Amino acid sequence: MKKIRTKKNLEEYRKRIKKENSKFKKIVTICGGTGCHAYNCEQVKQKLRKELVKNGLLKKVALKVSGCHGFCENGPIVTIRPENIFYQRVSEKDVPEIMEKSILKNKIVEHLLYEDPVSRQKVTYLEEIPFYKSQKRLLLGKNGLIEPDKIEDYIVQGGYGALVKVLKLPAQKIIEIIKASGLRGRGGGGFPTGRKWEFCRNTEGEIKYVICNCDEGDPGAYMDRSLLEGNPHSVIEGMIIGAFAIGSNQGYIYVRHEYPLACRNAQIAIRQARKLGLLGKNILGSGFNFDIQIAKGGGAFVCGESTALIASLEGRMGEPRDKQHLHTTESGLWGKPTNINNVETWANVPLIINNGPEWFYQIGNENSKGTKIFSLVGKVQNTGLVEVPMGTTLREIIFEIGGGILNGKKFKAVQTGGPSGGCVPADSLDLPVDYEQLNAAGSMMGSGGMIVMDEDTCMVDVAKYFLNFLKEESCGKCLPCREGIKRMLEIVTDISEGRGKEDTLDLLEELSAVVTDTSLCGLGKTAANPVLSTLRYFRDEYENHIKEKKCPAGVCVPLLRYEILADCCKGCGACIKICPYNAISGKPKEIHIINQDICAKCGSCKTICKFNAVQLQ
Amino acid sequence: METTAINPSAKLRIDTERRRSVNCILKNYKDSKSNLISILQDIQEKFSYLPTETLEEVAKKLNLKLIDVYGVATFYKSLRLSPQGKHNITLCLGTACHVRASAKILDEIQSQLGIGPGSTTENRELTFNTVNCLGVCAIGPVVVIDGKYYGRMTPIKTREMLSKYLKKKNFSNKATEKR
Ligand SMILES: Cc1cc2nc3c(=O)[nH]c(=O)nc-3n(C[C@H](O)[C@H](O)[C@H](O)COP(=O)(O)O)c2cc1C
Ligand code: SF4
Ligand code: SF4
Ligand code: SF4
Ligand code: FES
Ligand code: FES
Repeated sequence: MKKIRTKKNLEEYRKRIKKENSKFKKIVTICGGTGCHAYNCEQVKQKLRKELVKNGLLKKVALKVSGCHGFCENGPIVTIRPENIFYQRVSEKDVPEIMEKSILKNKIVEHLLYEDPVSRQKVTYLEEIPFYKSQKRLLLGKNGLIEPDKIEDYIVQGGYGALVKVLKLPAQKIIEIIKASGLRGRGGGGFPTGRKWEFCRNTEGEIKYVICNCDEGDPGAYMDRSLLEGNPHSVIEGMIIGAFAIGSNQGYIYVRHEYPLACRNAQIAIRQARKLGLLGKNILGSGFNFDIQIAKGGGAFVCGESTALIASLEGRMGEPRDKQHLHTTESGLWGKPTNINNVETWANVPLIINNGPEWFYQIGNENSKGTKIFSLVGKVQNTGLVEVPMGTTLREIIFEIGGGILNGKKFKAVQTGGPSGGCVPADSLDLPVDYEQLNAAGSMMGSGGMIVMDEDTCMVDVAKYFLNFLKEESCGKCLPCREGIKRMLEIVTDISEGRGKEDTLDLLEELSAVVTDTSLCGLGKTAANPVLSTLRYFRDEYENHIKEKKCPAGVCVPLLRYEILADCCKGCGACIKICPYNAISGKPKEIHIINQDICAKCGSCKTICKFNAVQLQ
Repeated sequence: METTAINPSAKLRIDTERRRSVNCILKNYKDSKSNLISILQDIQEKFSYLPTETLEEVAKKLNLKLIDVYGVATFYKSLRLSPQGKHNITLCLGTACHVRASAKILDEIQSQLGIGPGSTTENRELTFNTVNCLGVCAIGPVVVIDGKYYGRMTPIKTREMLSKYLKKKNFSNKATEKR
């Protein structure tokens, strides 16, 4: 392939791909994201290919493997264009029927359609599914149309058009556009992106670096992964534009090592972009040089923090340093001015250039512009990736898009912001989701994890979970974080195991304040948030654990006691068979009994008993 | 540590071979010191862990103190200093999986395998690890067996799957025999 040198070249190339694509009568796309992989999408793909070969259709029907569609829960997902039919939970054995009805003819395979759980109606098209209907999928929408390892797919969708536009503009003008759009960082802090670029541009220095942060250490969040994995060129195009505006010739994408597919797809995308002359020397004939390298993270949550990430890129232990006096935009990677942005921040850049800053500015609410992708997971009906305008309320996200709570249970709280964030309770469901309002509620936007909790989730256990996580992930450089978190964990563990005392909660609050005020980096500064927010909204639950030695949600094992109700037990023996610890005894057809000394409180017997005879006391 | 039962000349031979592989890997990196993590990852890919001699060789060739190389090797969770089993089972304990009761699956796996997270069965067949999110949170709780992901796991499903798997692979260890 010849290098693209001019705007005209790019347009010709786009036209040529369009023409080649037009020979296909239909496009069958199977989702190849990691979620769908877990549901055997690979076998479905093989079978689809076989069927196409068998019917001699390889030249008439295009078979594509795309990135994540966001509705991973219902994978594997297959779509058929131009009709836009949306099939879900497709297995290998469904393929002949799809072939027969939807590819050879224009019919629909009813049983593969999504069924609205409320109306019991079958839904044929993606846009009509409640999960998708209220979303605004500016960033994620392309995932279903693109094969991540084919640059042609991105270009045919208008890709690299924004790059062509900016290469003619003065750098300051580009920065003005980004500033005017109101774009703020999607990695957690929400710092205005245009201003960060400007700082970095204005710092003296020949050599500057741009970095894409795809460490995504926040457990329960996977939107950065799905973007980089499913549409790597959108991130790369954003980075080239940023680098041009800032005056940088070298970029890095720092990817978590648990994301092998994202690494691979980004690597392939970079190679293809180089081949076309979109990366490397003299990009699009402009004289601008820029290239990108991938760096695999070592697996440490703190490395998502910008200075720790830089230490890691330099081959050292990922310990943060003090940013108060020296920002990374002044002295970052190898002491050079460095601009770090999150994956989603970068991916927004081409959209803003293509549609104009005014367009972006009118999406969202007062201080938060554009859309945000959330990873809606936990005890919610429709789990997956959800992209909505900033300012959408929690209720809309969890109940309209998410379809409410799993198994008809009661909503208790939603956790946002990962280990630095907090839990927001039911009476705040009408809170519009933006940077400021989440902060005011004692949580934070974070990178976009949204973990829904129901009545069976214990808030003391949640606090304990995050403290345990943070204790493991604290780099240990400063004392308040290293020792303070450990001590807080001991206190919360005591509470969860029935050893809490009246004054424990005051001590916990005191410690929280110290750790918050005296830690060096963001990890320590925000480590108390999960504790403080659960204390703020669910103090009664803590008190239950302390005073009555009870865990109302039935989670904290040492406070539980399973018993078999004599009135209900039919002596069916199912519980004996399932108990992993041989704690249950009883003859067939007689009442069964749990030996409390042996019972490990795993709850298996309660799950298996058909007669509701096993009860949590 | 892993070569205790081997005679001295065989150990020397393994040592030399390992050092040679390290040098091959180092050749792929121009700006070596800053690539320390990637270099260690490459070495690990080859040996499944980081044998002592390879760390010594890296320190020597890159002109780094051994303690700095060890520091990096122990700081990052993706780097391991002890050999792994031939097969592996990984359980996600991330937030999304946690609220869907992955702790109960942890108990189940531990009691089935008779080993805790981060350890390998005595016969070196199987390693069990836990992680803080695999990025497939929508289908949690997630268990990965030899690279294959299993979503929406429950303790009961885990037990059935593990006993089938252990039977198929012909593993026997104390914990499984007891049943
Ligand atoms: C402990 C800690 C972990 C972080 N992890 C991430 C992360 O995984 N991904 C990310 O983009 N930003 C993370 N951040 C925020 C980064 O430091 C940085 O602010 C961000 O990458 C800047 O990009 P943005 O302006 O586009 O948001 C983390 C910060 C802290 C303190
Ligand atoms: S606050 Fe915690 S993670 Fe941050 S530098 Fe200090 S010890 Fe390390
Ligand atoms: S499963 Fe329920 S009904 Fe059957 S023996 Fe056990 S407690 Fe009784
Ligand atoms: S809770 Fe678990 S250990 Fe206890 S009796 Fe029931 S199945 Fe057995
Ligand atoms: S991986 Fe297929 S929908 Fe997310
Ligand atoms: S929390 Fe388990 S996969 Fe993300």
